[in-house]
Amino acid sequence: MYAFDVERPTSVADAVAALGKEEAQALGGGQTLIPTLKQRLAMPSVLVSLTGIAEIQGVCKDDDGRVCIGGGTKHAVVAKEAAAHYPALAELASHIGDPAVRNRGTIGGSLANNDPSACYPAAALGSGATIVTNTREIAADDYFQGMFTTALDEGEIITEVKFPVPEKAKYMKFEQPASRFALVGVFVAKYADGVRVAVTGASNDGVFRWSEAEAALSKDFSAGALDGLSVPGDGMISDLHGSGDYRAHLVAVMTKRAVAAAH
Amino acid sequence: MAKVTMTVNGKSVSRDVEGRTLLVQFLREKLNLTGTHVGCDTSQCGACVVHVNGEAVKSCTMFAAEAEGAEVTTIEAVENDDGSLSVVQQAFQDHHGLQCGFCTPGMVMTATALLKENPKPSEAEIRDHLEGNICRCTGYHNIVKAIMAASGQDVSSVAAE
Ligand SMILES: Cc1cc2nc3c(=O)[nH]c(=O)nc-3n(C[C@H](O)[C@H](O)[C@H](O)COP(=O)(O)OP(=O)(O)OC[C@H]3O[C@@H](n4cnc5c(N)ncnc54)[C@H](O)[C@@H]3O)c2cc1C
Ligand code: FES
Ligand code: FES
Repeated sequence: MYAFDVERPTSVADAVAALGKEEAQALGGGQTLIPTLKQRLAMPSVLVSLTGIAEIQGVCKDDDGRVCIGGGTKHAVVAKEAAAHYPALAELASHIGDPAVRNRGTIGGSLANNDPSACYPAAALGSGATIVTNTREIAADDYFQGMFTTALDEGEIITEVKFPVPEKAKYMKFEQPASRFALVGVFVAKYADGVRVAVTGASNDGVFRWSEAEAALSKDFSAGALDGLSVPGDGMISDLHGSGDYRAHLVAVMTKRAVAAAH
Repeated sequence: MAKVTMTVNGKSVSRDVEGRTLLVQFLREKLNLTGTHVGCDTSQCGACVVHVNGEAVKSCTMFAAEAEGAEVTTIEAVENDDGSLSVVQQAFQDHHGLQCGFCTPGMVMTATALLKENPKPSEAEIRDHLEGNICRCTGYHNIVKAIMAASGQDVSSVAAE
């Protein structure tokens, strides 16, 4: 790692001020950023740790019935505290990486990073969540802009994520056994006004909505409604873990499984 | 350099560290607590697991500066107050839960955290919980057996020796 200083502000305002310095970068749980720094792929002069900011931690419900998760909330906390409000979201959190990763990694870090194989992007897009930052609110449909790319500006901090709670939902992850990331993961959520289907791990463009499946499931929420539907293998990630066609096939399989298991 | 102060194994310690000093470097190189191992240094293997404020974390993927004010427990302080092995450590010995011993500190710290949260885990829950701890020797069966035994459960049904 190149040398840098670590600052630990205790309020969002102080963190934003610290991030205004040249070459400053936010540090969430560090589960992605620290490995990146070790490979010398990043060279910040200051890391602004967000873990000491109490106001961006925790899970609650707002007046509109949405589950609100502080941007600095760890995966393990979401797994426990969101279970009563939004079980599919809590289950997703409880299968990210391993227990030690879940005790450090945060939802804000995961969404800011927007790894094409990460789990939270599928939940946020699949729930039509709102990403709240220190300056604005961004709809999930506008937030994800391709792999490792988001609508966030430099120095902008995710302070909260608001999830509308569906009638039924399920995240189905086909794990890449070495990394434990999703080889393909599908988040299906049934709302009163329609069904949303978000796919992670598959596309070269990062997380995406499978609109054909959404239309079919909005008419008939059953695995059978997906018979004959498929996504094209072009544009899918092809690597040593699976070809684009294999991933495309998995998308349909995991979507059916998610619908069958939705609760 | 900046000063960092934390409680390690019950004792308050202060040292000057760089921003990039990892918690595991702090423990091994500044405090000479070499029981915590570095296997992969890429947050995959779990040899470096310690408890920070009671939670298992990979100390190769956390900066010492982030542990300012925290309570850190390492393998060196897992034993009972009288110096005898803890229930988990004794079970690893009794059930041959280690061979070379390199993964063992991380395994014991992970298992100890699991049993605090879930005092009677099933075999499947134990295997799931060990997902971030890699052992290249034992094939895991005896580790799982040791953890079941440490939780007071019958281990005769656990797969293969
Ligand atoms: C072994 C292992 C297995 C894993 N398995 C999975 C998995 O199965 N599924 C999965 O989804 N992920 C997985 N991960 C990734 C994990 O979820 C990370 O915790 C997460 O991607 C990044 O979150 P973090 O809080 O650690 O962020 P950091 O690593 O600290 O930061 C990541 C990026 O986000 C920025 N950032 C951090 N917080 C904020 C914020 N609040 N606002 C704005 N920007 C911010 C940082 O500047 C940095 O660019 C795994 C990681 C490891 C090490
Ligand atoms: S050394 Fe930390 S996880 Fe391997
Ligand atoms: S006992 Fe050798 S790595 Fe586990």
